[in-house]
Amino acid sequence: MMTKQDQLDDLPPVAANGLLDRRLFMKSLALGGVGTLAAPVLANPVGEGQLPWLLAPGQGAQSYGSPSNYEQLARRIDPPGLWPEGNTIAGSSSAYTPHQGLTGTYTPSGLHFEINHHGIPDIDPDRHTLVIHGMVDRPLKFTTETLDFYPTVTRSHFMECSGNSWLLWEDEPGDLLLDESHGLLSGSEWSGVSLAALLDEAGVQAEGKWIIAEGADSGTLSRSIPMEKAMDDSFIALYQNGERLRPGQGYPMRLYNPGFEGNTSVKWLRSLRVTDRPAMTKFETANYTDLMPDGKALQFSLKLEVKSVITRPSNATVLPKKNAVYEVTGLAWSGSGRIRKVEVSADGGATWAEAELQGPVLPIMLTRFRLPWRWDGSPAILQSRATDETGRVQPTRTQLLDARGKHGHYHYHAIHSWGVDANGGIAHVYA
Amino acid sequence: MKTEESLMYMRNWILFLTIALTTCVDGADTPELGQPASEADIEQVFWSVFPDGENLPAGSGLAVDGKALFNIYCIACHGIEGAGLTAVALVGGQGSLATDTPLKTIGSYRPYAPTIFKYIRRSMPYIAPMSLSNDDYYAVTAYLLELNGILEPGSVVNAETLPKVRMPNRDGFVNAYPKVPRKYDY
Repeated sequence: MMTKQDQLDDLPPVAANGLLDRRLFMKSLALGGVGTLAAPVLANPVGEGQLPWLLAPGQGAQSYGSPSNYEQLARRIDPPGLWPEGNTIAGSSSAYTPHQGLTGTYTPSGLHFEINHHGIPDIDPDRHTLVIHGMVDRPLKFTTETLDFYPTVTRSHFMECSGNSWLLWEDEPGDLLLDESHGLLSGSEWSGVSLAALLDEAGVQAEGKWIIAEGADSGTLSRSIPMEKAMDDSFIALYQNGERLRPGQGYPMRLYNPGFEGNTSVKWLRSLRVTDRPAMTKFETANYTDLMPDGKALQFSLKLEVKSVITRPSNATVLPKKNAVYEVTGLAWSGSGRIRKVEVSADGGATWAEAELQGPVLPIMLTRFRLPWRWDGSPAILQSRATDETGRVQPTRTQLLDARGKHGHYHYHAIHSWGVDANGGIAHVYA
Repeated sequence: MKTEESLMYMRNWILFLTIALTTCVDGADTPELGQPASEADIEQVFWSVFPDGENLPAGSGLAVDGKALFNIYCIACHGIEGAGLTAVALVGGQGSLATDTPLKTIGSYRPYAPTIFKYIRRSMPYIAPMSLSNDDYYAVTAYLLELNGILEPGSVVNAETLPKVRMPNRDGFVNAYPKVPRKYDY
């Protein structure tokens, strides 16, 4: 049997005084480091020419996993100066989900969109308290820890900022990637405690018709929530996709109002005031209200409307081959319940075909649709149109603008169009 | 007759079961761990101010003092006389909302004065919220309302006077919950 010493003696010199072949380290490293000197490295290894990751054991597991080094998928962060609060100062910021690179209906927690009007507070859960007060028989306070002893409510829901797609109110389409046009939308499994259960414990009085929710951020973001919603399906979310909420999602607790515009699901929740009227807070007057052509503004447009978008193909790619069958897939959602139907058009809305919906179709959750499409190489305009279980149909851009003008800023939900050119190039277009 | 009786029997059973099930999923099935919240606990977390002035604090201010404060704490982001810079304009835009270049400011858009005070008091200056006194916040509010031509020069702004301020866009909002009014629907 060959000893290590024998092997070392066996290495053929390339010059005097022990200089060895310059590729020796590469070979021995590829075979697993110095220890592999026990293997006959120079005798025509069968691994010669194989991919490097086949020739050495990989890294050990990470305590908290992360994507491949080869994946660059990341959230788009708004550049400074875009924000009404003036985000040249740290804090006020938003992060957009990169739907052009995602498949599925659950958004990875680290890619879930965020809007932080006053930055992300670094909350110590042991010093955080939720207080329920106002028109209740028993004003109560809850620690983060006590809420964990309550029965768990778990629901899969999309969340959408009503400012999602706000750039699409502009006159020119701009070649927006999906994160820019639809990135203020994500889907997750949320778990927590029924709000109705906590309100019942406090004993809401008959005149209590609204709840004013306030967060523990440096701006105390506040919104008024109708009591019927609070008693119906709102909950206090403590977990997202099975783990504790992340700070950007409201750690240690946030309000969650399924199907309502995202801003109402107040993050870092610490105060619920039961009242007989809304508080008309800054974020329900100055912001999140839609200016109409007659100068009036829609207020409390809380329930998100039916909407869809094709996520693949998109302008993030070029179709590689003509006369081939491609899958057209995308997402549809509605604040009113389940998606009943999604139709796809390849001719700018002249004709439509019903797409397959990926089950299970859950209420107030992203629903993925698919339809095969044979591209013959001629220009095409791809669109999707969603219908929800209430029968509400996603409008065309023209219908939406005719009804609401172009200064609404929020709640844009019209049909979206991809223009495909003869070379397989794809651009965002208005059609 | 017999069929009807048994149908009624079944109906009663269904009714009974429905009531029983509804009661079971009620909040009574939680451990009820909420602790009594004191007035101090509530004061700590409750900052909202209502259009009628509920929850406005004691104190008062004048625009002349507000201008001095504004020029120290606000001007860097909101610009000279609130004209806007890196942060939104706070002045102007009255009469612009129905035009093709609407300018939404506290003067042209906000429907209630007390909630403007609340936001300034609880959120500003952006990098150091709650760092001024209630008098200071009333004074800054007075300055912004005077700049917008909403208050007469020298007006005292406090918990009594602020709810009485009539904002130009007071009637500019249309409730869209639970449904967008037909006029604005497609």
